[in-house]
Amino acid sequence: MSTISWLTARGLFGRRRFLLLLPLPLLVVGLAVLARWAGVSPTHWGGPVLVGLGLAVVLPVVALIVGTGVLGSEIDDGTIVHILTKPLPRWQIVLPKLAVAIGVTAVTVAIPLYVAGVLAHSVRLGLALAAASAVGAVAYSALFLALSLVTRRPVLLGLVYVLIWEGLLGNYVSGTKVLSVQQYVVTIADRIAPTSMLSAEVSVPVSIVMTVLIAAGFTALAITRLRTFSMAGETS
Amino acid sequence: MTTVDLSGVSRWYGNVVAVNDISMTLGPGVTGLLGPNGAGKTTLLHMMAGFLAPSRGTVTLDGAPTWRNPDVYRRLGLVSEREAVHTFLTAYEFVLASARLHRLPDPEDAARRAIELVEMAPAQDRRIGTYSKGMRQRTRVAAALVHDPQVLLLDEPFNGMDPRQRLHMMELLHRLGDAGRTILFSSHILEEVEQVSGTVQVIVAGRLAASGDFRTIRRLMTNRPHVFAVHSSDDRRLAVALMAEPSVTGVEIDRTGLTVRAGDYGSFTRALPKVALASGIRVRRLLPSDESLESVFSYLVEA
Repeated sequence: MSTISWLTARGLFGRRRFLLLLPLPLLVVGLAVLARWAGVSPTHWGGPVLVGLGLAVVLPVVALIVGTGVLGSEIDDGTIVHILTKPLPRWQIVLPKLAVAIGVTAVTVAIPLYVAGVLAHSVRLGLALAAASAVGAVAYSALFLALSLVTRRPVLLGLVYVLIWEGLLGNYVSGTKVLSVQQYVVTIADRIAPTSMLSAEVSVPVSIVMTVLIAAGFTALAITRLRTFSMAGETS
Repeated sequence: MTTVDLSGVSRWYGNVVAVNDISMTLGPGVTGLLGPNGAGKTTLLHMMAGFLAPSRGTVTLDGAPTWRNPDVYRRLGLVSEREAVHTFLTAYEFVLASARLHRLPDPEDAARRAIELVEMAPAQDRRIGTYSKGMRQRTRVAAALVHDPQVLLLDEPFNGMDPRQRLHMMELLHRLGDAGRTILFSSHILEEVEQVSGTVQVIVAGRLAASGDFRTIRRLMTNRPHVFAVHSSDDRRLAVALMAEPSVTGVEIDRTGLTVRAGDYGSFTRALPKVALASGIRVRRLLPSDESLESVFSYLVEA
């Protein structure tokens, strides 16, 4: 494990912010267990819990907390200086941090979704949801990590993207779906395990190509921004 | 020998000029960067450390630009003003991480040596979060020194330190400078610079106001004209008596009292009580009216 990833992981788990990650995944599992125990048919609760809550809220919000945390919190508290004053090409700082963000997000989201998918339908659906959320973790993490280098309010901007663009506009303006990570994730999960609970709105090739483009593009953006990272004096 | 060269460096933020056409060369030894708060010291240091692009001019380390050039950190260490440390690490872990990121051949040994240099060995296994401000500062210096850089830049390293920690840090900087390293530290406190460095660069309002040997600059500062506000039981008579004093270069009188210009601080303050006593005048108030550091600095700019 590289020193950067080690520092990043220690920083992530060492902050209280990390506790924010726990309630949402627990909520997904809790709701699935509750519905199962009460004997409600999965056709009633599967969609809302797996997609409405799991893929549309838990995945992006966890990715947002982690993705803006791996670099953003170091920028906020100034510890980034210790990492930047090293003779490292900047991609060697961005990539390990991105890897930690993807790994933590994927694990945090995939496990509860797998459990909920198994409870709702089958192991196959569980695996499909886990795999799709891991793919989504890649795109979201790259996006939110880059956001923390582009703006001083990455969390706010990220929430606007998730809630307004994906959540609101995605439901009413069909054109926005082509630029929505959530739609790619749903499409990929639906492709692996087709069920009535998931409804794909974009094609599989579009989903894959767009995911790759978003991940690569925002990673490149993050590296470029870190290369010209400026520190303002206390007076400005 | 490593030198930092600034040539015609300016930096502005929108319409505000933070650093204005500064040229200087820093060589081995300790140099103090002196200036009042807001003079542009941090901006200048950030440009030297490659954390800010000059709007105009060049900042180079041995000929290589510091901006967008992470390679300079092989020879440069920075201790920034913000007291930012990974509080969840111990000092040893923190310095070791720095050594690893520098890809040093023997990071453990380098970390231990750097920690010993700043005398933090007894506390090195405690979390940084439990340290005092001075200990944190020393830990940050150790991390900045772990790769044995030729150039060390420190932004206000004495801020918030108690006198003992201050002394300790001063000794450390002395030792590093004597060993042939190029050390630059910024400060807004005259006495700090006086005790640590022989050469100073004084910046005021973004401009280089004075540069060179500290004693020369200090003499300029003490010998400058001083202005005092005096209020007494009989201002007019006191004014007449004061004009006879060689140390007084001018007296103004108005409703609030006297404004006395003196050529030299010491002789005027010694003369005033004698003059007042001899003429039977009671001095009610004596205020040096321009003793702020800013006025000292602005005098330097005009000189």
